[in-house]
Amino acid sequence: MSETVTLTVDGRPVTVPAGSTLREAAQAAGVHVPVLCWHPQVRTGSNCRVCVVEVAGNRTLVPSCSRQAEPGMEVRTDSERVRRARRVVLELLLSEADASQAPELLAYAAHYGADPGRFGEITARKRREPIRDNPFFVRDYARCILCRRCTEVCGVGVQHTFAIEIAGRGNRAAIATGGTGLLPDSPCVFCGNCVGACPTGALVPVAEFEARRDGIWPREPALRWSPATGFVAEEV
Amino acid sequence: MRPVVTTCSYCGVGCTLEVRTLRGRIVKVTSPPDAPANRGNLCVKGRFGHDYVTSPDRLTRPLVRRGDRRTGRLEPASWEEALDLVARRLASVRERYGPGAVAGFSSAKCTNEENYLFQKFLRAVIGTHNVDHCARLCHASSVVAMNLALGATAMTNSIGEIRDHADVILVTGSNTSENHPIVALEMKAAVARGARLILIDPREIELARFATVWLRQRPGTDVAVLSGLAHVIIRDGLWNREFVERFTEGFEELAAAVAHYTPQVVEALSGVPARDVEEAARLYATSPAAAIFWGMGISQHTTGTDNALALVNLALLCGQLGRPGTGLNPLRGQNNVQGAGDMGALPHVLPGYVPVTDAEGRRRFEALWGVRLPEAPGLTATEVTEAACDGRVRALYVMGENPALTDANLNHVRHCLEQLEFLVVQDIFLTETAAMADVVLPAWSWAEKDGTFTSTERRVQRVRRFLDPPGEARADWDILSDLARRLGSDWRYDSAEAIFEEIRRAVPAYAGITYARIEERGLQWPCPAEDHPGTPYLFAGGLPRGRGRFHPVGYLDPAELPDDEFPLILITGRVLYHWHGGVISRRSAGLNEIYPEALVELHPDDAARLGVHDGQMVRVRSRRGEVTAAARVTERSRPGSVFLTFHFAEAAANLLTNDALDPRARIPEFKVAAVAVEAVARSR
Ligand code: SF4
Ligand code: SF4
Ligand code: SF4
Ligand code: FES
Repeated sequence: MSETVTLTVDGRPVTVPAGSTLREAAQAAGVHVPVLCWHPQVRTGSNCRVCVVEVAGNRTLVPSCSRQAEPGMEVRTDSERVRRARRVVLELLLSEADASQAPELLAYAAHYGADPGRFGEITARKRREPIRDNPFFVRDYARCILCRRCTEVCGVGVQHTFAIEIAGRGNRAAIATGGTGLLPDSPCVFCGNCVGACPTGALVPVAEFEARRDGIWPREPALRWSPATGFVAEEV
Repeated sequence: MRPVVTTCSYCGVGCTLEVRTLRGRIVKVTSPPDAPANRGNLCVKGRFGHDYVTSPDRLTRPLVRRGDRRTGRLEPASWEEALDLVARRLASVRERYGPGAVAGFSSAKCTNEENYLFQKFLRAVIGTHNVDHCARLCHASSVVAMNLALGATAMTNSIGEIRDHADVILVTGSNTSENHPIVALEMKAAVARGARLILIDPREIELARFATVWLRQRPGTDVAVLSGLAHVIIRDGLWNREFVERFTEGFEELAAAVAHYTPQVVEALSGVPARDVEEAARLYATSPAAAIFWGMGISQHTTGTDNALALVNLALLCGQLGRPGTGLNPLRGQNNVQGAGDMGALPHVLPGYVPVTDAEGRRRFEALWGVRLPEAPGLTATEVTEAACDGRVRALYVMGENPALTDANLNHVRHCLEQLEFLVVQDIFLTETAAMADVVLPAWSWAEKDGTFTSTERRVQRVRRFLDPPGEARADWDILSDLARRLGSDWRYDSAEAIFEEIRRAVPAYAGITYARIEERGLQWPCPAEDHPGTPYLFAGGLPRGRGRFHPVGYLDPAELPDDEFPLILITGRVLYHWHGGVISRRSAGLNEIYPEALVELHPDDAARLGVHDGQMVRVRSRRGEVTAAARVTERSRPGSVFLTFHFAEAAANLLTNDALDPRARIPEFKVAAVAVEAVARSR
């Protein structure tokens, strides 16, 4: 088996180590692909579908964070079909969760022109009350987009603790702990690695939660994003 | 909000932190994904446990005891008065009894710069080698063993190699998941990748779930078990002949010493099934890359040096050294315990581990410091306590340590400290030791200072100020410099970096490290020149001692064995949420809330026999003292042994522990004491 793979991304040939994902191949070609469920600590992804790309000869779009690059693949990361699919993914996420503390999600939405009102408000989730059951961090699941970074980090990704999991399906799906539902009664070791991985502010340190609630959290630079530049912080 | 990048103040892993503050308080701690030791992961202490720095208990003014030593009270004083008093009293003791009547305890929590200055203060200003620090109580035996056998005194390999290279990981005497959580994550990741874990531990710690083979020995029988592994490896011809011939000496002596330790003998001594001894030996010896990790379960014994030597023997026998993913890796406890040793905060070595008895080495430091140095080694921390009792030591300077809580056999230690003529303590809180002092000097915490820590993997990393110091507190190096001047030395340091520049001249392994080079990412010593990339693993090109030396060791009983009066074995140790004497972690609101009190772990069999139920208050007694704490009935400990955390002053485990010492390393046997347990009436 050869050690490298050559393929084209948006018409440009690139050579990457065998086993690379299409996201990595795109990166090598200088193209940023948006990701939400993928995270360097987790590396599983395949959940949110914001990273989809078009592969010539494939009927459906494929998630670039997990699909491996193959020799001769022709990949399009920014076709109209890809952009439309990403927009729909983002619109669904925006309708389900409070994205006001998810700068990356907001930046993607701005770039793809996602209309947050298109699916109406799925308010059941957004109305969830923040859970304060431990002295370290708050779980504010009204902001949760169910990307599963946290469950992956808590499980095989980092901790091997398995304190939290996804429970229920469809509209009722939620991140939960077993037993009483309270983290102190679970195997949780309060490493906060899930907090570090959460892209939406659904998991947030108590001190930050209170400062934001009290309106004293300093204004942070908004992010802009494009496939050419990746994230760029705006001046505050 | 721009974070300040610094290094965690809790354990020796050396995680990189990005700290955000708001209105003088820490509000968020994160870690960048490219952090060298921790890849962006943290544990609860690093991420959520640093609010101790803004505790209202912080010392903000110097305190001086007015009136009698016993009955007088500590009252606020000016710096002028406090420092004058310290200088006068130290000078007076030196004048009347000689410099050897003064001793100092440096701190593995302080920076390299502060440790360097502290030992220089004792040596160059006072004129004694009586300087030591808490490594005496944790890994002194590991350091002695590695020095004897290899000529190295640190973890040989890097944390990142566990996940990336190790095929077999042997962990013993380390509850890694609670004490070095990030190292445990790397071990679990390695196992997920297919590496195999050998665990040798009497307690059912988290890693037992990940172990291919778990040897659950009776506490204190480590040498027997490790000799059993060596026995099988030699018997079956699994040792690395080429390595042994090229790089070692003393093989015959080792072979003779372990001949007796057949797996059956080991089973009888330790309770570990013979077949598990065989399997562990085969796994370790035949692996392409096998790494050994150990903690205080190995080192804190009267046989601590023997235990560590037995581990060194295994690595030498199988040539598991000098390649990525191999090595001998003592997991160091404190954030800067490696650095404190490197800086010479030890009574028998100068900075860079130059023996004080080495005339040429001494001359180099005499030239650098412009003084004459004594020729004989100083007293170890454990010996200083005894010397305080019999009057050989009259004045003690303690920087950031708390012997009145952390030494073995506390009643005795406290009695000894009371005999001192003069005790000065420099700290951030009024510790149990500070409460006994004549003068207390308020210092800056980690959050307020600049400098460097050296992590367990020999990585020298920056520590940066992100908060202003409280009240009149001053930097340790500033206080030391001021005192040195009052005692007639012309010390002029104007920053931590200026001190580091002197360290580079004093310690060859640090010579190539500059603040500019470690601005982004720390460097691992040895780093002898400014174009040297640092050293991720030692012995790539052979052993510093020339040849590694096998040391034959044999099983010896612990100093104290259970008997009719004290039928159980007490093991002391740590839990994830607390830190050593608890001085800092118990001042973190969250850590204290989640784990508020000491727990005595009892096996269900013992609990049933004693009529103790979970949560009940029990009294634990040894020949030296007693404590009362709540029982936790769990199968984590073996039947016949009791586990107690040592973080809680109100149930101080060290009232019970045995101060019998390892003859070479002078480390006490914290890990084995005979105790009796009884239920007390009151239920929680
Ligand atoms: S809590 Fe955060 S990390 Fe977890 S699924 Fe929800 S958005 Fe993702
Ligand atoms: S804080 Fe608890 S839930 Fe989050 S990753 Fe750590 S163990 Fe899992
Ligand atoms: S593992 Fe050690 S260095 Fe890392 S965050 Fe935890 S206490 Fe700090
Ligand atoms: S980032 Fe690829 S599916 Fe979410």
